[in-house]
Amino acid sequence: MIGIIDIGLCNLRSISKAIDACGFDFQLITSPDQFDLVTHCILPGVGSFKVGFERLVLSKLDIAISNFIASKRPLLGVCLGMQLLADNGDEGGGSKGLGLIGGSVRRLEPGNKMRVPHVGWNSIEFQYRHPITEGLKQARDFYFVHSFHIMGCKPESILGKTEYGTQFVSATARSNVLGVQFHPEKSQANGLKLLENFCLWDGRC
Amino acid sequence: MGWSVLKKRIIPVQLLLGERLTKTIQFNSHRDVGDPIKSSKIYNDQCADELIFLNINRQKQGIQPLLEILEAVSEECFMPLAVGGGISEFEMARQLIQNGADKVVVNSVSYSDIKTVSRICENLGSQAVIAAVDVRYENGAWSLWSDCGRVKELVTLNDHLNCLSGAGVGEIMINSIDRDGTMSGYDIPLLAYVVSRVSVPVIGCGGAGTYEHMRDAFMNTGVDALACGSIFNFGDNNPLRAKAYLSNHGIPFKVV
Repeated sequence: MIGIIDIGLCNLRSISKAIDACGFDFQLITSPDQFDLVTHCILPGVGSFKVGFERLVLSKLDIAISNFIASKRPLLGVCLGMQLLADNGDEGGGSKGLGLIGGSVRRLEPGNKMRVPHVGWNSIEFQYRHPITEGLKQARDFYFVHSFHIMGCKPESILGKTEYGTQFVSATARSNVLGVQFHPEKSQANGLKLLENFCLWDGRC
Repeated sequence: MGWSVLKKRIIPVQLLLGERLTKTIQFNSHRDVGDPIKSSKIYNDQCADELIFLNINRQKQGIQPLLEILEAVSEECFMPLAVGGGISEFEMARQLIQNGADKVVVNSVSYSDIKTVSRICENLGSQAVIAAVDVRYENGAWSLWSDCGRVKELVTLNDHLNCLSGAGVGEIMINSIDRDGTMSGYDIPLLAYVVSRVSVPVIGCGGAGTYEHMRDAFMNTGVDALACGSIFNFGDNNPLRAKAYLSNHGIPFKVV
C-alpha cells in the first residue's frame, strides 16, 4: 500500500491515478496514525514552501514523516514535496524544512533571459545508478513546473541534474529518502516507470 | 553548457461538443472526430506534449463538461492538461485546477473582465493560465473575436496583448480563425507578430495541414509550441511522426 500525504495544497488526482496505473493501491494520508498502513510514502505538493511546512507541522505530519523514515520505509518527495525535505526554504517569507536531506531551497536564477517559472519538458542527467532509475535511459525528458530549487545538499545526495540557464539539482537520494523536482505523474511513460520503480523499491541502495 | 532551451511542443487541440469531439472550419461546419477519452489515450501513447480541451458548446455553458473530461482523461493521460471554454469566474478556474487541470485557457473573459484573469494568475500561478486570442484578418488589419468567433471586439491586437501581459498570463495561444480547419498552413506573419510583442511563450494555432506547415511556423516565427487539430484528425499523421520530421530540421523536442 502506497501512502500519499495530503497537505491540502494540490490536486492529488494525477499522482493517485499514476499509482493506480502502475498497479498499486494507494491510501491518502491526512493524520499521523495512517502511516502504519503503508509500505511506501509519497509527499507531493504544489504551492509555497512556508505554507507547505506549516501544514505539515499543524497536522503533526512532520514528526510522523521522520518516524516513517526511521522505520527504513521508502519516501518520495515530488516538487514542493522534494523541497520540503531540505533544511530550510526562502519561498513565502522563509521557513525551516523537514531537514531530511540537507540543503536550502532558493529561487531559480537562470540568467540568459530564461524565464521563471521553469515550465516544460527538460532532461535529467542521472549521476549514478539507483534502483529508482532502473530501465530509464540518460537524458530523457520529464515535466517541470517550478520557480525554486534545492541548493547545497551533499554531493553524494545528488541523484540527478538538469540544465536550465544554470544547472540545478532535479533529483536527490539519501538512503531511503528520494526527491524529484519534476512531476513523474505528468511525464508519461518515463514518469510512470520511475513511480513503478519506487513502489517496488525496498528502500535500500 | 550552462544554457539550455526548452523543447518545442506539439499540442493537439480537442474541441468538445456535448459528449463528442468536433472539428471546425473557420469556426463553423462542425465534423465529428470521435470520442474524447479514446482520442486522448491515443495522443498520450503518441507522446503529445500536452493536451488542450476547449468546450465550444454554447448551449451548455459552465465548466461541468470540462470537469467530467478531467475525471476520465486523468486515468488515461499522464501529461499536462489544459482546459477552457466558458471560464468566466475565478472560482471556475480554481475548481478546474483542483480537479486535475494543469492549466486553464481563458478567452472571452479577458475582454469583459481582465481583473478576473489577473486574479486567476495571482492565485493559481501564471504557469497555470493560457490566454487564447482568436483573430480574423479583415480589410488589411487584424480584428479580435470572442465567444467562439461570434462577437467582434474593438480593442487592437497590440493593446490586447499588452493587457494580457499586464494581467500576468503564462502563455498566449494565438488562433487564426481564417486558417482554422483549412489545413493551408499557419498564419506566419500573425504568429511572428505576437512572438515579437510578448515575452511569454506563444502557442500558434490554426491551419496546420502538413508537417511542412509546422516546420515553417517553428522556423520562421519563434513560437514555443504549435497547436494542431485537423492535421491529426484527417490524415495519416500523428505527433510522433510530426516530431520525427521536424527533428530532421533541427527543431528540438522532448526525448522519450
